[in-house]
Amino acid sequence: MVKLSMAQLDSFKRKKEDGVVVRVGMSSCGVAAGSKDTFQKIQSELKANGIDAELMKCGCLGMCYAEPLVEIERHGVLEGTYGNVDAKAAAEIIQHHLVKGNPQAAEISKYRIVTSEKQIRIVLRNCGVIDPENIEDYLAQDGYQGLKKVLTKGAPDKVLEELKLSGLRGRGGGGFPTWMKWSFARGVQADQKFIICNGDEGDPGAYMDRSVLEGDPHSVLEGMIIAGFTVGASRGFFYIRAEYPLAIERIQKAIDQAHEYGLLGEHILGTKFSFDLEVRLGAGAFVCGEETALIASIEGKRGCPTPRPPYPSVKGLWGKPTVINNVETLANVPVILNKGGEWFSQIGTKDSKGTKVFALTGKVKNTGLVEVPMGITLREIVFDIGGGTANGKKIKAIQTGGPSGGVIPEQFFDTPVDYENLQKLGSIMGSGGMIVMDEDDCMIDIAKFYLGFCVDESCGKCAPCRIGGTQLLGYLKDISEGKASEDDLAKMRRISVAMQKASLCGLGQTASNPVLSTLQYFEEEYRTHIKDKRCPAGKCSQLFNYSIIQEKCRRCTLCQRNCPVGAIPGDREQGFWIVPEKCIRCGQCFEVCKFGAIKR
Amino acid sequence: MGKAIINDIPVEFEDGMTILDAAKRVQVNIPTLCKHPDVAASGACGICIVKVKGTRKMIRSCCTPIEEGMNIITHDTELVATRRTVLELILSNHPNDCLKCGRNNNCELQNMVADFGIREENFKKVVRELPIDRSTKTIILEPSKCIKCGRCVTVCQETQNVWALSFLERGVETRISAAGDIKLGESPCVRCGQCSAHCPTGAIFEHDDTIKVWEVLQDPDKHCVVQIAPSVRVAVGEGFGMKPGTNLTKKLYALLRRLGFKAVFDTNFSADVTIMEEATEFVQRFVYKKGPLPLITTCCPSWVDFMEKFHTDMIEHFSSAKSPQEIMGALAKTYYPETRKIDPSKVVVVSIMPCTAKKYEISRSQDMFASGYQDTDLVLTTRELIRMIKQAGIDFENLPDEDPDHLMGDYSGAGTIFGTTGGVMEAALRTAYHFITKENLKDVEFMDVRGLEGVKETSVTIQGSKVNIAVAHGLSNVEYVLNKVRQAKENNEPLPYHFIEVMACPGGCIGGGGQPYGVSNEVRAARAQGLYEDDEASVTRCSHDNPFVKKLYAEYLGAPLSEKAHHLLHTKYKPRPEYKR
Repeated sequence: MVKLSMAQLDSFKRKKEDGVVVRVGMSSCGVAAGSKDTFQKIQSELKANGIDAELMKCGCLGMCYAEPLVEIERHGVLEGTYGNVDAKAAAEIIQHHLVKGNPQAAEISKYRIVTSEKQIRIVLRNCGVIDPENIEDYLAQDGYQGLKKVLTKGAPDKVLEELKLSGLRGRGGGGFPTWMKWSFARGVQADQKFIICNGDEGDPGAYMDRSVLEGDPHSVLEGMIIAGFTVGASRGFFYIRAEYPLAIERIQKAIDQAHEYGLLGEHILGTKFSFDLEVRLGAGAFVCGEETALIASIEGKRGCPTPRPPYPSVKGLWGKPTVINNVETLANVPVILNKGGEWFSQIGTKDSKGTKVFALTGKVKNTGLVEVPMGITLREIVFDIGGGTANGKKIKAIQTGGPSGGVIPEQFFDTPVDYENLQKLGSIMGSGGMIVMDEDDCMIDIAKFYLGFCVDESCGKCAPCRIGGTQLLGYLKDISEGKASEDDLAKMRRISVAMQKASLCGLGQTASNPVLSTLQYFEEEYRTHIKDKRCPAGKCSQLFNYSIIQEKCRRCTLCQRNCPVGAIPGDREQGFWIVPEKCIRCGQCFEVCKFGAIKR
Repeated sequence: MGKAIINDIPVEFEDGMTILDAAKRVQVNIPTLCKHPDVAASGACGICIVKVKGTRKMIRSCCTPIEEGMNIITHDTELVATRRTVLELILSNHPNDCLKCGRNNNCELQNMVADFGIREENFKKVVRELPIDRSTKTIILEPSKCIKCGRCVTVCQETQNVWALSFLERGVETRISAAGDIKLGESPCVRCGQCSAHCPTGAIFEHDDTIKVWEVLQDPDKHCVVQIAPSVRVAVGEGFGMKPGTNLTKKLYALLRRLGFKAVFDTNFSADVTIMEEATEFVQRFVYKKGPLPLITTCCPSWVDFMEKFHTDMIEHFSSAKSPQEIMGALAKTYYPETRKIDPSKVVVVSIMPCTAKKYEISRSQDMFASGYQDTDLVLTTRELIRMIKQAGIDFENLPDEDPDHLMGDYSGAGTIFGTTGGVMEAALRTAYHFITKENLKDVEFMDVRGLEGVKETSVTIQGSKVNIAVAHGLSNVEYVLNKVRQAKENNEPLPYHFIEVMACPGGCIGGGGQPYGVSNEVRAARAQGLYEDDEASVTRCSHDNPFVKKLYAEYLGAPLSEKAHHLLHTKYKPRPEYKR
């Protein structure tokens, strides 16, 4: 391939083609759900039936609950989205939709998915639409048009103006205005500057960035190149966690293709601007998502945060001005520059513009990636998009912001989602994890899980986080085992606040959020654990008091035979009972009883 | 320059100054456990938090530069409460063995806990039991007492460029250790002890030899003699509340006699002997071209060890003259017993040193047994001596002045400045000048080699020939000097230097790893000043003019570099592997 010029770029633009396109979602999750088989089946079915259709492997379509996913488009119009498509379903769908030409056929209606109209796809615009391994597919979807505009106008200040107008804020969690970060770095005189894409997504249950890296790598690349041009950097790094092999593979492929097409390297699109990118792998430390720790990691040092100031935009990688942006932030940039900041600023609330991608998981019917405009309420996300609970139980709360976030109870679900509102509720936007919880979820258990994560991931550098987290976890463990006193709640609050105030980096400053927010909204549940030694959600197994309901017991001896500590004496004549002093609350008897005769 | 407000008091500051430093200008010492004037702020302890008036966010004063117009509050209810909680957390992660800890009564954590009046332990104890590393026999690592301030790691890696110490593991499991989780004795550690001098608690501590010294002093079969290193005299008083730089030479002589030493010698005397040998060596190489230039000084055992591990290509440049400690040791077991008709096998040589590495030096090679015995038997650091004085219950401050044993006790001003960076160079130049010109310098003071600048470069003209010199202290400053030499050699260019002095510790021995706690550049400067004043007050300013040095050569050694001098006063160097397995 000869390196492209500005004019040639447009030749790839998508024309409203005739014909049929069949897309199969083949991200990590799709593949895990079996989409490779689906793809092969469709391939053979199309061939067998002599149908002339373009079959595409594409990225994440977002509807995790229904993987593998297939979409069929004709003349550029989406005719149908199908979920749970295994090989058998694939054959049926091809048969009815394409061979018989009846997309509405009753036989395939069970696979059909209707998505909520409340989603707006900007970041995920190409995910599930294009083949991420083919740069021409990206170019066809207005790819690199933002870069072209930037390079044609040739004024970095124009880019900053446009970004400022757009109101884009960092999607990694902090919500710092992107234009400001860039202009700081631009304002520093230096012989070398760097752009880093932070792909060290590590929140449990979050996979927004992975989906973008896997499904639309070039949009992140384009964002980085624009950033490079704007701040005057000639080198950039993709910092991606090593646990994302497919993302790494696709980003590397995208870098190679961009090189081939003259979109990376010397004299991009024939201009004077040169920029190059390389991939660096993270070794799995969550704190390396923090800017200064990430820099230390790239420099080959121990991944620990350093005090700010100096901020990386002034003194970052190897002491040079460095812009670090999250994957989602960068994926927004090309669209903003192509369509204009004004257009972007129409979406969202006064202070939080655009959309946000959330990984909606937990006790909700439609789990998956959702992209929603800022300002949407939690209720709309949980009920309209997520479809409410799958089991009909009452929703208790939603956890946002990953391990650093907090728990928001149901009564606040009408709050419009933006950076400030979530913070007011004691949580944070974070990078976009959203976990729905129902009555079966114990708040102490939830706090223990998230805090445990941060304690494991603490780098150990600063005392408040290193020791405070461990202490808090100890108290939570005591509470869940019925060993705590009510005085401990005051100690926990004291430690939590000290961690917020005196920790060095964001990890420590927010690590106590799950504790503080559950204490704020669910203090009664804590007291029930402490005073009554009871877990209302039935999660804290050490608080269970197992006993046998004699009326239900059929004296089958199964519980007795399975008890690992011999805590169930008795025989078929006298019946069976559990000796509480011997019982270790493992729950074996409860699990094995076929008659529901064990109470806890 | 800028103006800001701290606790409603206006303060002027220079650009880049931190809030912590600016607060000192309005008489506020913001408490901190990790910040040390010698190391860059790491922000580890979380104690030094302050607020900008009107906000609730707390910022670290150790690493936040004060800005124009800032309005800072250093203490209010919330700040004090938060500091207290953090301190209690640190305490919950620290063993409760203050009473038998080496830092008892001298511990930054203990002091702060006392200041905050913490009377009970509110949080659960979470202390990890970790093995104690005694493998170097000079520095003891007790990681369970570590509060992870990071000072030791920073001085080891940044100041000293040795990279022996490192943090291992993460989170609450984080611990200090020799990098790679090996024993410190198998690591590149050069035993400079800077880690121990900077540790705020008892996590890194010098190997204590006081009991052994008591034992030999009490042994009727032994004849104990002692030597005091130059820099000890101007620092030991700090252990008794005196100002850094207070010269206590004559009280030390009295003290050591009272402790039971049969003869009290001064390492300043053997420093004069070192100069006789080293200056002769320099003249041999510089004037008579016998041997390669530059000549590099070797008084510092950490530097010698560092070179033997990392700069083996420089071995031929090393002066073969032993350090003053070892010269004294060798003479105290030959010259002294022969003169006094004592059985040398009964002589025990104890030295009082500012240095932990001196404990290593006494057995570093076979050359340290030149007398037929181990030349120096035991080494006490200044800190150990202070403890011994207190154990003995001697009212040190009010002791009468006494003289040393003259045979090896009287010294020149050149000998005393050995204890500070630039001092060896200055002393050597005074004598080398005399050896070359047969005259004495009119002005013996070389101001260009004095001061705490990391690398000092200058040149001196002796009989029309220019002598280029460099003085480096703090091992991280060595690289620059040696690389210049390497580059010149490689390109066949004229040598950048003819004579190089290196001392491992910042400031030289006055800043040694065994000196009293609380070192900073102000303390170093005051201690150095004490030595320079001692030099100025000396009747004899040059080593070759010391009458007892003259006597030593006339009656015993012959001349510098004589066969006997060579046998007793010189050593060899060999490459050592960085890591032992």
